[in-house]
Amino acid sequence: MSNQQKHWEKTRGLLFITLAIWFVFSIGIFLFGAEMNEVTGPFGYPWTYWFTCQGSLGAFVILIFWFANRQEKIDEEFGFSEREDE
Amino acid sequence: MKGNFIDNLPKIYGIYTGGFVGFIIIMAIAEQMGMTAKTIGIAFVAFTVFIYALIGYLSRTAQADAYYVAGRQVPTVFNGMATAADWMSGASFVAMAGGIYFKGYGYMALLVGWTGGYVLVASLLAPYLRKFGCYTVPDFIGTRYGGNLARFSAVVVLTVASFTYVTAQINATGTIASVALDIPFQYAVYVGLISILLCSMLGGMRGVTWTQVAQYIVLIIAYLLPVFWISNKMGAGFFPHFMLADEVARIGELEQQFGFVKNAAADLKSVPKGLAGITKAHSAVNATPWAFISLALAMMMGTASLPHVMMRYFTTPSVKAARKSVGWSLFFIFLLYSSAPMLATLSKLSLIDPNLPTGIIGKTFAEVEAIDWYQNWNQANLMFISDFNGNGTLELNEFFMGGKAVVLATPEIAGLPYVISGLVAAGGMAAAMSTADGLILAIANAISHDVYYKIIDPKAETAKRLLVARVLLVIIGFAGATIAAMEIQGILGSVIWAFDFAMSGLFFPLVLGVWWKRANRQGAIAGMLGGLVAGAWYLVWVRTGGSGFLGITQLTFGIFGSAVSLVLMVVVSLMTAEPDKATQKMVDDVRVPSGKSILGKSH
Repeated sequence: MSNQQKHWEKTRGLLFITLAIWFVFSIGIFLFGAEMNEVTGPFGYPWTYWFTCQGSLGAFVILIFWFANRQEKIDEEFGFSEREDE
Repeated sequence: MKGNFIDNLPKIYGIYTGGFVGFIIIMAIAEQMGMTAKTIGIAFVAFTVFIYALIGYLSRTAQADAYYVAGRQVPTVFNGMATAADWMSGASFVAMAGGIYFKGYGYMALLVGWTGGYVLVASLLAPYLRKFGCYTVPDFIGTRYGGNLARFSAVVVLTVASFTYVTAQINATGTIASVALDIPFQYAVYVGLISILLCSMLGGMRGVTWTQVAQYIVLIIAYLLPVFWISNKMGAGFFPHFMLADEVARIGELEQQFGFVKNAAADLKSVPKGLAGITKAHSAVNATPWAFISLALAMMMGTASLPHVMMRYFTTPSVKAARKSVGWSLFFIFLLYSSAPMLATLSKLSLIDPNLPTGIIGKTFAEVEAIDWYQNWNQANLMFISDFNGNGTLELNEFFMGGKAVVLATPEIAGLPYVISGLVAAGGMAAAMSTADGLILAIANAISHDVYYKIIDPKAETAKRLLVARVLLVIIGFAGATIAAMEIQGILGSVIWAFDFAMSGLFFPLVLGVWWKRANRQGAIAGMLGGLVAGAWYLVWVRTGGSGFLGITQLTFGIFGSAVSLVLMVVVSLMTAEPDKATQKMVDDVRVPSGKSILGKSH
């Protein structure tokens, strides 16, 4: 397998992990919205309510920065990161 | 100032922010000295629009890559702010808190959808399209799949989606300008349009970028300052986002106590159009999982397909910067979106809690009708009370309000000085203008670059191309304003449709263009046109009395459209020949960040 194929394999792997986490916060938890809202969550808000106000939104912000850092590491590992002058 | 413009950006926008805060303070002092509310409103809108126009003028350019992609030198954080302003429309600013106020959980799917979509943007598309080096989204489609028909199909989808969206934005600028400047709506729409064009006409993407950063700063101050102030004034907590649990619980208690009494249809007839009562629980789960998830999913896929957002990531200096920039965009959006539910909570509690001095439920009608702010907003057609049961006391089901009032009226209800209302008007104007600019530019650029330059006249000189781009900008702006002046439809309905149209036609052709090498021209064309037609058909069918299926409504028709698009694209691609070697090599090159972009710096 060429260097480029290995790079793409790892990139795809990262994509699947990212999308899995995305799925949990955007879809997964809302399958159980009614049940989860009975429980008190962060700062005293009901759990589901908190996720729709802040929790999921914040998770997406963190997820994107985490993803960007991981992808940069992958690019460096295979020597595909950009040089500043490009 | 020493050094070049880009290095000085933090300093420039720092001074700008300080200047704006200074302006707010001057207005506050002027109010104490007796300046009228109307003059303050005019001053806020006129001053901010003047600054944007000045930035637009200073950003004028005669170069293609500055006009189309701001010279690809916008730093990550600033591009994040510009994208956030591009993204948050007049609807987000003025109508979102109101939607949450009235519809609660079911509506908050939009919050999740309009943020979660950025994960798809960052991981599936933005860095790859940046590497591609295109000027517009159809530019990517046209080069990746080849051929004028593919390029043209992408322009069609882009135009349908963006145009649906832009009329709502021009409508919003008109509404705010007509209130703040006290002129009739039909004229205010054109005042709004001219302000919008001043930002984008001379500098194209470069002008829009630097005005959008300025607009973000105004709109975020205008949104957050009242939320924090009201929360503190009510004694609800100095940092509302972490401290409103008691208030949320209290609203639940009051809902129990009052109950949701259903009004007779005959009674509701007397309520002015556009106003609604509180009929749904504030924090309880009031929608089925599928209703919530389907709406969130449609908005997420729509986000990743809307060209005016995607093209913001063409302006970053590198692929790496494009990825990080998506994170910053969402962070800046998060600041506003996470505040909207807090504003809705504060607004609702201050109106319905009889223990608070501002609460009106339980008061007599004579008492409520004597309140200054009630009279003002009743006159503005945003509040209404009616004694349906004839007992002389205001009940929860007898109080009606317009969605916009949550943002526009709450500062006044809470007793904040008028300077805050002026600030909110400037913020709403900034939000609507910045989105309208992004959308008009997306359409005009696609038509001038992809249709005129790439298809009709590939030999055109830069000066002529940019002239065509500017003429189109004006034509599209006026077309949008003319339709907006007809006031066909509410702000939010058409905003959501735009997402559905975009995802129907563009989501899979874009994503598979990067992630599936086997995708070819025939498949992409079938996917774009088939998806758009299927989505549009479903919308018309449901609007004309069709029952729909699988719980897909007129707000989520993109789910059907994009499913059709995916199936068509895969089937047709597999039935026809695979893309040639050169195209496959191109996809390989897009997948690595290093090396030259596919399209040259100027093309």
